[in-house]
Amino acid sequence: MLRFIVTRVGLVIPTFIGITLLTFAMIRLIPGDPIEMLAGEHGIDPARHAELLHQYGFDRPLLVQYAVYVGQVLQGNLGISLSTHAPVIRDFLQLIPATIELSLAAMLFAVLLGLPAGMLAATHRGRFLDHSVMGLSLTGYSMPIFWWGLLLILLFSVNLGWTPVSGRIDIAYDFDSVTGFMLIDSLLSGQDGAFTSALSHLILPAIVLGTIPLAVIARMTRSSLLEVLNEDYVRTARAKGLSPMRVLWVHALRNALIPVITVIGLQVGTLMGGAILTETIFSWPGIGRWLVESIARRDYPVLQTGVLLVASMVILVNLSVDLLYGLVNPRIRHVR
Amino acid sequence: MAVNAAAEGQYQPLHPLREFWIYFRTNRGALAGMVVILVVCLLALFANVISPYSPIEQYPDCQLAPPIWQDRDPADFAQCVGHYYLGTDPAGRDMFSRLVFGARFSLLIGAIVVTICLAAGIGLGLLAGFFRGAIEVAIMRAMDMLLALPSLLLAIVIVTILGPSLINAMVAVAIVTLPNYVRLMRAAVLSEVNKDYVTASRVSGAGTLRLMFVTVLPNCLAPLIVQATLGFSSAILDAAALGFLGLGAQPPTPEWGSMLADARDYIDRAWWVVTLPGLAILITVLAFNLMGDGLRDALDPKLKH
Repeated sequence: MLRFIVTRVGLVIPTFIGITLLTFAMIRLIPGDPIEMLAGEHGIDPARHAELLHQYGFDRPLLVQYAVYVGQVLQGNLGISLSTHAPVIRDFLQLIPATIELSLAAMLFAVLLGLPAGMLAATHRGRFLDHSVMGLSLTGYSMPIFWWGLLLILLFSVNLGWTPVSGRIDIAYDFDSVTGFMLIDSLLSGQDGAFTSALSHLILPAIVLGTIPLAVIARMTRSSLLEVLNEDYVRTARAKGLSPMRVLWVHALRNALIPVITVIGLQVGTLMGGAILTETIFSWPGIGRWLVESIARRDYPVLQTGVLLVASMVILVNLSVDLLYGLVNPRIRHVR
Repeated sequence: MAVNAAAEGQYQPLHPLREFWIYFRTNRGALAGMVVILVVCLLALFANVISPYSPIEQYPDCQLAPPIWQDRDPADFAQCVGHYYLGTDPAGRDMFSRLVFGARFSLLIGAIVVTICLAAGIGLGLLAGFFRGAIEVAIMRAMDMLLALPSLLLAIVIVTILGPSLINAMVAVAIVTLPNYVRLMRAAVLSEVNKDYVTASRVSGAGTLRLMFVTVLPNCLAPLIVQATLGFSSAILDAAALGFLGLGAQPPTPEWGSMLADARDYIDRAWWVVTLPGLAILITVLAFNLMGDGLRDALDPKLKH
């Protein structure tokens, strides 16, 4: 097991180095003078320009610059935002709970709907129910989610007036952030209706963000369950006279879930990409919208660090899924 | 024909294309997808014949005119009645014409992205599969790195570096989807390269280049065809997302994604501005996915039997 962990972690290091190379090169490749970009000033006079050049270390050899950059990253010095003049990492930590809350809600939606849908399709193979579930999930998989969000707003917010259009909670409510998770904070605040308001703000974005994972989970559950249902041990279980329900839930599902859980873990990247679009549509104050706005504001230190942090997050989550999978399934550990 | 041949006592294998078609046509979803793709192709080809107006000309008197079947206040759109089948957008441009021309851009995006990815993917995949060791490790590690980042985020970074435009969006989408092609190609090569026919070819003196492109490549085509079809859909989807964020096609280009960029501002007034471009994206992407699934079933011998 230790060997497995070491190899897996070893594989992550080159990836991480690659990401730092990308973010390091990014700020130098973006059209325009990197000094003006980092200082957020335009038309700097030559003397000050030279001074800044030295201050940022741009006059040193590229390799040294990179080494310094990695050193800074490892020490947690991740630059200053040009628009808020706060350390980028502080803004990131302030906004990340909103994105995590949205992603968790989306995943919950996807799993709660996707697992039963996939099971129904597998147990009704070739029948109408199977075709409908698979047709719907292929539609979900093909969905341009930015449009799906607009469509849901059009239906539920504009026409029916059931849900609010943007933000995380009604502006009438005002309380201090304790955990950063609006659902928990609104409960803690004890204000009447705060929780309902937070929930109604969360529901549409969560559906939008969860749609593609939902489709993936439903398809994966179906195919993995179909495979397991053909196994000899399932036939044995049936032959023993066990009820179909028991065979499905106790014998088949347990093994069928292994690939499904992996797929769920691997959706983190999809969720972060989807969060960029979903948060933009619903004005959700999270990492995705922050990154898109940083481009519009030409706040490149934010983009640089944001990309680095999001990528590191995705890598770490994928690594944990990998390790957990190895823990659960011993066969994986011994495959090179 | 096959029956006759059998009756005459000689076995005539079906032509591979014919065999493929027999399996493919049983899949109704895939057939429907193919028909939709053909229609979209025709729309794109004859866009200038089909669309009644220019996709970029603005008619200031008819801004946000509703589709023709919708009741409207005659006073508001007196001079617009009967024109503009699907209404007009906020700048007074004909939605129908823009959607038809949009088909051109989406297919173009798909074709260019898939072509880049196929060319680079086949090359890198063959290299990685044939030359195990340092080359393979370098290529595959680089691909892993690209896969580690959320693809939309990576595409955004690339477009920010190159500058927002349709061409750069296509380059960005091609780069972020490339790993799928390379991995697929390498896996296909690895499964073929030790088979007897390759060894036979090598023993009879075929050079590495010949082995790569003449002996092995044709036998790896099936998964590549499936990947290319599915790649069309993801390319259209990703490029539309970039357009929606203002990082892809720039106005007034009638690209479906960028048509939705500021649709949110009109969501309470003009449903047609919001719904139609997205519907076009969904239908096209769904068609490619349906056909890709059908191709996979028809081409994958493991699923056939």
